[in-house]
Amino acid sequence: MWSTVFPYLLSGISVGGQYALIAIGYTMVYGILRLINFAHGDVFMVAGILMVYMAASGVPLWLCLPLVLVLTAVIGFVIERVAYKPLRAAPRMSVMISAIGVSYTLQNLVLYITGGLNQIYPTIPWISDNVTILGASTKMVTIITPILTLVLVVALVWLINHTKIGMAMRAVSRDFETSQLMGIKINRVISTTFVIGTFLAGVASVLYFTNYTTVIQTSGAMPGLKAFVAAVFGGIGSIPGAVVGAFIIGIAENLIKGLDIILFKAGLIPGPMGLATFSDAFTFALLIIILAVKPTGLFGEKITDKV
Amino acid sequence: MSNSLQKKKVDSATIISAVIVLALYALVFVAEQIIPPTSMLFTVLKKGATYALVAVSMNLLNGFTGIFSLGQAGFMLVGAYVYGIFTIPIVSRMDVYQYYNGGLVQFTLPVFIAMLLSGLAAALLALLIGLPVLRLKSDYLAIATLGFAEIIRALFQWDKLGPITNGSNMLRLFPTFNDFNIRAADGHVTVYLSTLVPLLIAGVCIGVIILLINSTFGRALRAIKDDEIAAEAMGIRLASHKRLAFCISSFFAGVGGAMLAMYQTTVQAKSFTTAMTYEILLIVVIGGIGSVTGSCLSSFLFVACSEWWLRFLDQKQVIGDFEVPLLRNGFRLVVFSIIIMIVVLFFRRGIMGTNELPDVIRKLQGKGRSSKKGGQGK
Repeated sequence: MWSTVFPYLLSGISVGGQYALIAIGYTMVYGILRLINFAHGDVFMVAGILMVYMAASGVPLWLCLPLVLVLTAVIGFVIERVAYKPLRAAPRMSVMISAIGVSYTLQNLVLYITGGLNQIYPTIPWISDNVTILGASTKMVTIITPILTLVLVVALVWLINHTKIGMAMRAVSRDFETSQLMGIKINRVISTTFVIGTFLAGVASVLYFTNYTTVIQTSGAMPGLKAFVAAVFGGIGSIPGAVVGAFIIGIAENLIKGLDIILFKAGLIPGPMGLATFSDAFTFALLIIILAVKPTGLFGEKITDKV
Repeated sequence: MSNSLQKKKVDSATIISAVIVLALYALVFVAEQIIPPTSMLFTVLKKGATYALVAVSMNLLNGFTGIFSLGQAGFMLVGAYVYGIFTIPIVSRMDVYQYYNGGLVQFTLPVFIAMLLSGLAAALLALLIGLPVLRLKSDYLAIATLGFAEIIRALFQWDKLGPITNGSNMLRLFPTFNDFNIRAADGHVTVYLSTLVPLLIAGVCIGVIILLINSTFGRALRAIKDDEIAAEAMGIRLASHKRLAFCISSFFAGVGGAMLAMYQTTVQAKSFTTAMTYEILLIVVIGGIGSVTGSCLSSFLFVACSEWWLRFLDQKQVIGDFEVPLLRNGFRLVVFSIIIMIVVLFFRRGIMGTNELPDVIRKLQGKGRSSKKGGQGK
């Protein structure tokens, strides 16, 4: 039984870590701008494409990695400046539509550049090596992801709680206008938030695509949506919440992928039920349940609307 | 078609609008008899009619009620499948459901009844989904409806539902727009109606939506959009109004889905992605959130650009000895995205803002009256 479940659990933890890194970008942006950054998943995909093209153009891999991360952060910065900043005073719906527009643009741009073909992600030595733990064969990246995720999250939480910019972020997310009156340069804070968020999405893309090996213009959409669900599940605006939510969703999703085999081996069902079809749907079912039962998520703060 | 606050009277602008729409229909009918049916014009008109209906149904929610729903593709999927399932001729069922022994459904409904059923199925689903979802606020609602669309998509591809939905295989061989053509006994087409009928279906549906928008119910929806709390204080029942608006919008999205099935001649669940919803949302935005005429215009523009006018951007073009750079497969979509971003960022009111066709005519007449009148879009 254990030997059947363990590989799925392992890849669940790994995918969960990758979702967590993406989810932090959503949750931070939402905390500050009250905006679902629909383009975040596509930035994650663009980071993958950047890596493919940079490695193909002959840049050594050790240089590629930092370069991709920096470029991704720059893309995040530019998107915010071009597409969201002009709409700061506009209704929230306009900003959300703008985010959808950016997502559409990035996907089409990548479609144009790649010709709509699957791009093979470069093999990064060491992290794509095969290892065997507790009888399950997997890639090194599976083990590294949760560790790296936790390290980055701890660093980020420290940054938010103990630095000046972190304090500014907390202030802006609490009250946009008052913090402006207190002399906080909100544009700088918002830009920083985007840079951090997209940087983490860049890290996630390296880990994710090392595992899945191909990138196409739509590969960002699903991980992006799931990471957003993770952020809502954990309580949007809360970083620990996003991480916990992401791990839960990653593990649940992978267990469902293997549910047919697990249940079959346990003797609970007579034959395959094709339940793997629902691995994506489950995430959204979870979202709807949590929104109906506890709309603020696991760790979210209760907000009361004033008229 | 018009309905002002105090007294009902039809002004000249409304009549002119109606005449324009009728004239356009007549023009399409004539064009269809003269121009060969393979012309791109008809492809654009058929797909445009489908998108116009779906865009207006989305506008009813996003523009007139202020419910930011992103579940349109899901409701279209339900509509398309219901239409396909009930209209495949019995003789073809063995071919279509080849892996499921001919499928479960062994009868065929007339086309228009099946379309009505498509709408009803989508509306029923909306009723169920609405129970948990409509309690949510703006962006949570958006993501929850998006999630439902994804769940529906997975459900329809589930192998165990294969006898009904044909699993992940496509539905095909059901009646399409071309079956509206009137044929002589030898199979030769005598009267071409394959473009006019979809336009008429969309027109009638959009007409119904316009009547709704201008009714007491429609005004209540606008009040909800402007301020939910104030609307509630005025005695509008929020929950029931929102639920009804959601169901009506989904009904027409379902009918639109059936039309899309007819246009495409095949249906497959995996093509109803969130990208489709985004596309429709962008059409609504380009046309102007809160304008039926705008949604219709931009649907036809959008489809015409993507299927016809901007096609040349996807091919190599040589002017003299000069080969235009950048042009290759996919460039059309890049240009398209950039246009959309410009509209979103700098022309937030879209083509029409919240104006309708009669409003525009009234302005041209120089009367400048500000009372809102409905305009039948084509």
